[in-house]
Amino acid sequence: MTVVTKPLETTRATAVEKGGRGWSRIVLHAVVIGLMLLWLVPTLGLFVNSFRPAADVARSGWWNALFPPWDFTLDNYSRVIAANNLGDSFINSLLITIPATVIPVMVAAFAAYAFAWMNFPFRNAIFVAIVGLLVIPLQSTLIPVLRLLAGAGIAGEFLAVWLAHTGYGLPFAVYLLRNYMGGLPREVFESAAIDGASPTTAFFRLALPMSVPVLASLTIFQFLFVWNDLLVSLIYIGPTNPDNLPMTVRVASLVSSLGGETHFLTAAAFLTMILPLVVFLFLQRYFVRGITGGAVKG
Amino acid sequence: MNNDVINAAVAVIGVPAVLVGYILLTERLIQALPERRQGRLRPWFWIAPALLFLIVFLIYPTLNTLVLSFMDAQSRNFVGLDNYAWFIQDRGTLEALRNSVLWVVFMTGGVVGLGLLIAVLVDRIRYEPVAKSVIFLPLAISFVAAGVIWSFMYQYQDPSRPQVGTLNALIGLVGLGPIRWTQEQPINNFALIFIGIWMWTGFAMVILSAGLKGISTEVLEAARVDGANEWQVFRRIILPLLLPTMFVVSTTIIITALKSFDIIFTVTNGGFGTNVIALEMWKQMFTPPGNFGRASAVAIVLLLAIIPFMAINIRRFREQEAIR
Repeated sequence: MTVVTKPLETTRATAVEKGGRGWSRIVLHAVVIGLMLLWLVPTLGLFVNSFRPAADVARSGWWNALFPPWDFTLDNYSRVIAANNLGDSFINSLLITIPATVIPVMVAAFAAYAFAWMNFPFRNAIFVAIVGLLVIPLQSTLIPVLRLLAGAGIAGEFLAVWLAHTGYGLPFAVYLLRNYMGGLPREVFESAAIDGASPTTAFFRLALPMSVPVLASLTIFQFLFVWNDLLVSLIYIGPTNPDNLPMTVRVASLVSSLGGETHFLTAAAFLTMILPLVVFLFLQRYFVRGITGGAVKG
Repeated sequence: MNNDVINAAVAVIGVPAVLVGYILLTERLIQALPERRQGRLRPWFWIAPALLFLIVFLIYPTLNTLVLSFMDAQSRNFVGLDNYAWFIQDRGTLEALRNSVLWVVFMTGGVVGLGLLIAVLVDRIRYEPVAKSVIFLPLAISFVAAGVIWSFMYQYQDPSRPQVGTLNALIGLVGLGPIRWTQEQPINNFALIFIGIWMWTGFAMVILSAGLKGISTEVLEAARVDGANEWQVFRRIILPLLLPTMFVVSTTIIITALKSFDIIFTVTNGGFGTNVIALEMWKQMFTPPGNFGRASAVAIVLLLAIIPFMAINIRRFREQEAIR
């Protein structure tokens, strides 16, 4: 894939460059760089502010910190971690996210394999119904699910959000995995069946190992989705057990409660972004493949 | 705390182990059956866990919400269409509805328009991967973090003091402002919508860019050799070929815009005339004393708004399957 696109991209660029006139090239670069700046500056500003003393943040814009005399500090980070239990909620976010990522991927893998390689009545109808569920707004499920979870005595527990995120994540997970598994070569499974391999063997020894790229995409997606979620935790954990709240909910409540003390907020927001940004920067390829896999063929 | 760590570890290892055990165990049971019935029974065991989750967390709750929307605040008595009558008469909900329409129109237009522009522009430069990563980056962070980031962009100070918000400082350079971006109507709605555009443009760009790379270079070159200028190439070749992909991206963005909640919740909490349907539902549910009937009715309105796009999604999927 990458081997093919790389040289293609360069030939494209050179072909256009030869044809393009000087001025239009300058405008092109100006527009692209302008957009890149517009997209980077907001995050950059927050990043710079998170290392500035409180008084400076209130008195002057973040860009002033770029010129000497430099005065950077880690105060905001240490204060927000100590005073607002953000350290605890970072752990909570991890404890929520990891199981809520592993469970749906696993459940979806079995279902996707059945939809792709087993014959049964209503197979397509059921699968199409699942694709339809992709767009059901979370909001239309909140009240009944909250009552179910409260009735089962697990509202406020991590278990409640693990289960809820599994349910909410499944339509996309089944859809993505089924599309990929359905594209695996038929001959492989046929010859395995002739050799007497059971469906379980075919699944564990063939389908799963061959689906590693799409499993990676899906894992990243579900991870980011759960880590960045506000609503599910806010409602299924929030009112009952504030000690279990993840970072997103804490930071959202800091926004309203801190009022003037916005300098803490910069550090808090950055702490919530660290993990997604690291995941994104290192695994961007899989992330992109997950998005395009659902919409563009090939 | 320690207990939680153990529970999470048990969930991460235990649940997959139980699932694998379940599949292996049912396989044993199936093997005992005659050959013909094995193939018929097996798939149902494999999809059962997924179906169970979908029924419990999506299908049943949605149907239940529909029923609750015809009941009173505590879900005790049926009140007919009262909650819907309230919805179409209340000024607050109508304002939320109007704002949701603004979100759908402008966020979708902005995301797809900018996504297309960027996809086409970066196709012509050498630092394409870097440019794409930059535009794509906001998609990885939470709406909450984006809300915080942009509340600093939009920050307002009294004109007598230096502006610390990036935007007000910028427009101050040319003698304008300062503007209360998040409070002044109608600017604040567009300021919030732009946060959504900032987050989702990368999504549209990535998909449209993949579609663009799928257009054969020979076709474009042939047009250029025949004397077509860049605008004509875009207008007559690239745009028509990308139209189906743009349509797909648009439906996704429309649904995202309708569901938008977190940005508004974080930045204005629906104040200053920025409420939307998704947030109104939350407010009805959790502003004491809490009205589950009205909240459910709002949720059903949201669902009704989304259903046409769901139908489009399904039809597109069917067509895709037909050529598969």
